[in-house]
Amino acid sequence: MTTPAPTVALFATCFNDTMWPEAPQATVMLLERLGCRVVFPREQTCCGQMFTNTGYADEATPLVRRFVDTFERYDHVVAPSGSCVGSVREQHGMLARRAGDAGLAEAAERTATKVRELSEFLVDVLGVTDVGAYFPHRTTYHPTCHSLRMLHVGDKPLQLLRAVRGIDLVELPAASECCGFGGTFAVKNADTSIAMGSDKARHVRETGAEVLVAGDNSCLAHIGGVLGRQRSGVRTLHLAQVLASTEEDPA
Amino acid sequence: MPSFQRAAKEALANTQQRRNLAHATATIRAKRAAVVGEVDRWEELRVAGADAKDEALHHLPHYLEQLETNLTARGATVHWARDADEANRIVLDIVRAKEAQEVVKVKSMATQEIELNERLEEAGIHAWETDLAELIVQLGHDRPSHILVPAIHRNRAEIREIFRREMGSVGRPAPEDLTDEPARLAEAARLHLREKFLRARVAVSGANFAIADTGTLVVVESEGNGRMCLTLPETLISVVGIEKVLPSFEDLGTMLQLLPRSSTGERMNPYTSMWTGVHDGDGPQEVHVVLLDNGRSHVLADELGRQALRCIRCSACLNVCPVYERAGGHAYGSVYPGPIGAILNPQLRGTGSEVDKSLPYASSLCGACFEACPVRIDIPTLLVHLRTQVVDEASGRSPEATSMRAAAWMFGDHRRLEAAQRAATLGGRLLGGRTLRSVPGLGAWTQARDVPTPPRETFRQWWARRRQDDPGGAPGPVRQQDGTSTTTPEEET
Repeated sequence: MTTPAPTVALFATCFNDTMWPEAPQATVMLLERLGCRVVFPREQTCCGQMFTNTGYADEATPLVRRFVDTFERYDHVVAPSGSCVGSVREQHGMLARRAGDAGLAEAAERTATKVRELSEFLVDVLGVTDVGAYFPHRTTYHPTCHSLRMLHVGDKPLQLLRAVRGIDLVELPAASECCGFGGTFAVKNADTSIAMGSDKARHVRETGAEVLVAGDNSCLAHIGGVLGRQRSGVRTLHLAQVLASTEEDPA
Repeated sequence: MPSFQRAAKEALANTQQRRNLAHATATIRAKRAAVVGEVDRWEELRVAGADAKDEALHHLPHYLEQLETNLTARGATVHWARDADEANRIVLDIVRAKEAQEVVKVKSMATQEIELNERLEEAGIHAWETDLAELIVQLGHDRPSHILVPAIHRNRAEIREIFRREMGSVGRPAPEDLTDEPARLAEAARLHLREKFLRARVAVSGANFAIADTGTLVVVESEGNGRMCLTLPETLISVVGIEKVLPSFEDLGTMLQLLPRSSTGERMNPYTSMWTGVHDGDGPQEVHVVLLDNGRSHVLADELGRQALRCIRCSACLNVCPVYERAGGHAYGSVYPGPIGAILNPQLRGTGSEVDKSLPYASSLCGACFEACPVRIDIPTLLVHLRTQVVDEASGRSPEATSMRAAAWMFGDHRRLEAAQRAATLGGRLLGGRTLRSVPGLGAWTQARDVPTPPRETFRQWWARRRQDDPGGAPGPVRQQDGTSTTTPEEET
């Protein structure tokens, strides 16, 4: 590490906070292990993505205000979700401008520059790829669409995973293809979503992996939901959980 | 037309179509990726393509007038059509004036959009499609399901059957011993079509590009059937969307690098035909150009939405779209399927109908379409933009709107969220980690997916407990950049 470890505000995201607390917990453990001071601003709720992407811009805009009020004072905001970070970066400014609030748009865009998805923060800010993790399992990685095409994280998650001790990392066929979750798409277009999810699950099973890893629990809930229904015996884990995993405290 | 969701459900059950589509799109995707990879400055080319189209669109009246002036000066007749009815009437009047009983057609999206073939047939005039894939669709009494490969949902065995069954009733029959080898199928089509090319006196085409500063129309194709139609008949009628205009001949260079690579995965398409007005003793002696609006001015009026008019109909977005690959083209209820159809149709036609209301939602917003688009149309952002319009038009009266408002209220304050979370974790404790296979009200999720079980403790409950257990791990003062320290009340419990 080249610079002293910074203070990091954790944006847990509403979905992880409520349904998948293991991912933000692992993020805290990991960042603290790497010497960061982690704070959790309690006023945070939701980035508004579900509202924005379903067409409810008016409902999303107050959440942009809340996000800015909660996080604009921090130099570093980290979230264990490529999708929510994508929404903050790509949509918050646009929502504020749509509502005619140029001041908020400016503040939202300034705040967004400090918000990073976990793998971006580790590689780009902390400058680490070996985070000292231990995870001795056959694992495959699904790059979620928003990490890949909105945030352009590239192979940063894979750099981090390759450095994990004991891991048997296997390539996922058609990895960059969407799993079919897509927020409310999963229920509005359930049949198409399930067809996409089933193909993704088939590719996961083809790898023979015991564990499927991704940077978004929403996508994992969908793929894992299909894998679970198939009683496939494949476990899904958030990237943060694998990176936080150690011999003393395995995931 | 039914909604996209309902039509897709039916299409998903057609396993033959799903296999044909998966195979065909995977093949085109790989070819496209290879030839795009050869171009060092692909991103710069995309920007140049977008800029050329934007220049035309942002000054559309100017370039259209210039196009009209140059076309007229070269001996073409220019007609203006506000909508499909006007365009069809103009074409029909010309065909009738020529006393023609049939026309040969170059594959054209604009004429499909206005349903010209159907209008001509109603007037007793046969319109023969001469593009191989369009011929398959027409003979099969089918609808196109892809912009570039209209019969992509068919495989070779199905095509052989269509040719054997149908060709004889409209012209030269297919050979008795026809097999499903591509070369034999192409040969049967060639023989069938040749009589029509040589007989027809009127041809109808569209245009890929219309160049304002020269008055030149351009058609890009693979088979040469277009070249036949564009050169053999005495009269040529081209129906051209007003968004097809390019400012200058130089812009064509950019477009011809972008289009074939994006559409067929070729460095260059086999046939590029350009014609500028009438030439004595060479080619059609009467050239008509119908400039078609049909909703395009309406699209142009939307500052964000107008980028959809950059579309050069390459179909790259269809071939990379995981939704299109599974649902097929017919589910989009239009000649414009796939991601571009999902934004273009609701913009051209409005969001009043069942299908147009559902199209902005026919996407997981994965972004593959934007990445593939050679003229950088930000399709995911436009989909979200159109969803907002659909919601606004419903004016908050749907059950969905009610639950969205309730959820937004809950997220409006962290204390409300925490109260809701207490209910969720209570559920989690009651379930004790059991897997859920069915939950009332969650039918759309649970039909093929297990439901994630709520945890016994939320993250923020864990955070608060951890701080009480271990004061050393509790957050302390926040170090500000200027070196001062403050404690923020939000971090306290």
